[in-house]
Amino acid sequence: MIGTVHYLALSAVLFSIGAVGAVVRRNVIIIFMSIELMLNAANLAFVAGSNSLGSMNGQSIVFFVMTVAAAEAAVGLAVILALFRNRQTVAADEIALLKW
Amino acid sequence: MEWLIGGIESLGVILVVLTLSALLLWVERKGSALVQNRVGANRASVLGIMPFNLGFMNTLMADPLKLFTKEDFVPANADRLGHALAPCIALFPAIVTFAAMPFGDSVSVAGRVINLQAVNLDVGLLYISALASMGVYGIVLAGWASNNRWALLGSIRGSAQMISYELAMGISLVSMILLYGTLDMQEMVRSQGKLLFGVLPAWGVFYQPVAFLILLTAGIAETKRVPFDLPECESELIAGYYTEYSGGKQACFMLSDFAEIVMVSGLVTTLFFGGWQVPYLDSNAGLSLPGMTPVALPGALITALQVGSFGVKVLFFCCLQILVRWTLPRFRYDQLMNLGWKKMMPIALLNMVATALVILLVEQGR
Amino acid sequence: MSPLAFYPLAFVCIASAMGVVLSRNPVRSALSLVASLFCLAVFYVFLQAHLVAALQIIVYAGAVMVLFLFVITLLNLESDRGLGEKPVLSAIGFGAGAIVAGGLIAALSRTSLGARAVTLVPTFGTTKVLARQLFGDYLVAFELTSMLLLVAVVGAVVLAKRDGSYEGDEQEAAVPARSEEASH
Repeated sequence: MIGTVHYLALSAVLFSIGAVGAVVRRNVIIIFMSIELMLNAANLAFVAGSNSLGSMNGQSIVFFVMTVAAAEAAVGLAVILALFRNRQTVAADEIALLKW
Repeated sequence: MEWLIGGIESLGVILVVLTLSALLLWVERKGSALVQNRVGANRASVLGIMPFNLGFMNTLMADPLKLFTKEDFVPANADRLGHALAPCIALFPAIVTFAAMPFGDSVSVAGRVINLQAVNLDVGLLYISALASMGVYGIVLAGWASNNRWALLGSIRGSAQMISYELAMGISLVSMILLYGTLDMQEMVRSQGKLLFGVLPAWGVFYQPVAFLILLTAGIAETKRVPFDLPECESELIAGYYTEYSGGKQACFMLSDFAEIVMVSGLVTTLFFGGWQVPYLDSNAGLSLPGMTPVALPGALITALQVGSFGVKVLFFCCLQILVRWTLPRFRYDQLMNLGWKKMMPIALLNMVATALVILLVEQGR
Repeated sequence: MSPLAFYPLAFVCIASAMGVVLSRNPVRSALSLVASLFCLAVFYVFLQAHLVAALQIIVYAGAVMVLFLFVITLLNLESDRGLGEKPVLSAIGFGAGAIVAGGLIAALSRTSLGARAVTLVPTFGTTKVLARQLFGDYLVAFELTSMLLLVAVVGAVVLAKRDGSYEGDEQEAAVPARSEEASH
């Protein structure tokens, strides 16, 4: 029987994959997608918890996480567009203007 | 038992939708011939015998047979997996949306209540709009995997167009949700069974004519047909996103186009034209014309009439969309974007706000 | 949910999540992420969160990921270096990720979350209940998110807008992207 623990374990694995992606990849868009993956892993944990506790609070919070993620995607991709326009690259390690 | 009934209903719905989509291909050929004053497809025949009323069966069989026996060509530098996956992704959402479409009232057979709807979902309308929005991936994937400039241009145009018109569509759906107070498709149809002013059937179109026009227009734009066929316009992009497709895969794209037409027709019928409701026919009381005593009818007849009325309405809107295709010229790209963003979306928003205000006032008046 | 449905679906979900990180081609990464998000929506359905599942597909798969794909095709990003260039650093990253996942799962295995604590009421997960909560307990937060979205739309338009010092044909290329961003 599949219980809440299984869902939480899946969520943990997805979160770790997202974290690894955000750390090891250098393409800004893929880093961004990895962050989306981490947010979704958290959402899965919230929904599983809501189901386990019989409380709708978890689902409400997922609603807010989705809204924030959508806003983040709109602004973040606009930033990436502006970045690409100014520096012709989306590689995170080549954007080192403030580094010395 | 529950899952058996659900399975039979799902299978039936899928078969009907696929057959209807294939039939629409013939309707399209003959419809275009009608508009352009020519005879249309009449060459397919069995053993040289061609009785007129069998013509559509022949064309119906000949078209898929021709497509599926042709070479399935994959360009040299194409992404093979994506190229094969794209037609499936395009076809899948168009078909599964029908699961939430109610095609009849619930009937009780042998003490068991059967809901004439493959899946009764609490979030039926959202399910449909969610899956309808998945269709764009088939196009994006087809254009990208083909490794062809025309295809890529077509798919970029297609995704921009679908996103733009989805907004107006979604907002007009919100005003319908406000009107019915539910997301459940069956409930929506049930609440359209009453009478307005004692004469008119209480169909959504009489409450929300603006939302109806916006939904139908956006629906035609979502199916990417003339006048919104910029993703595949043959004078500029060869065939747009499916330039590099042939054989069975191209047949899948054609089929998904027609299945989307059926889907839009089903959605419009369910939301605005009473779904399976027959005017003045009540599921329990029978035929009750205004000002007359109700005439009781056998339950099986009522169910048959209701399912039939849903079919007739859907067919009507399919034919209407095909007629639109052969009547209007294609938009220019900027006209398309202006229509979607500067005209339809503000109108849909205003309509939604007005609907909410009226509903608020009516609720307070009670 | 039966194990027969859970494990294959979880496998697909994790495999496509790995695809996001490992693919060299950004388009393939984005499509893998769509597959992963779709699997999550299926899990939500099994967890009695029908509205959340529908929203997941509408918001993530239908809007956010289309936006990602649009930007990727607009910037014409071909395959990049992937993970190949600094294998040692990548290996350290994956090792750290494995440790995080292992630690989380080890912590989970000690908890007593096996069975559900309460039986679900029949209205659990319906739109009505969720809506009552959103417009009741969370009303202020809900209104604030609408402000957030408005700010995001304005911010995206300002950021993506060109200064006008570029050539005309480039300006045209930016039009669909701008209208996309306004969709959120």
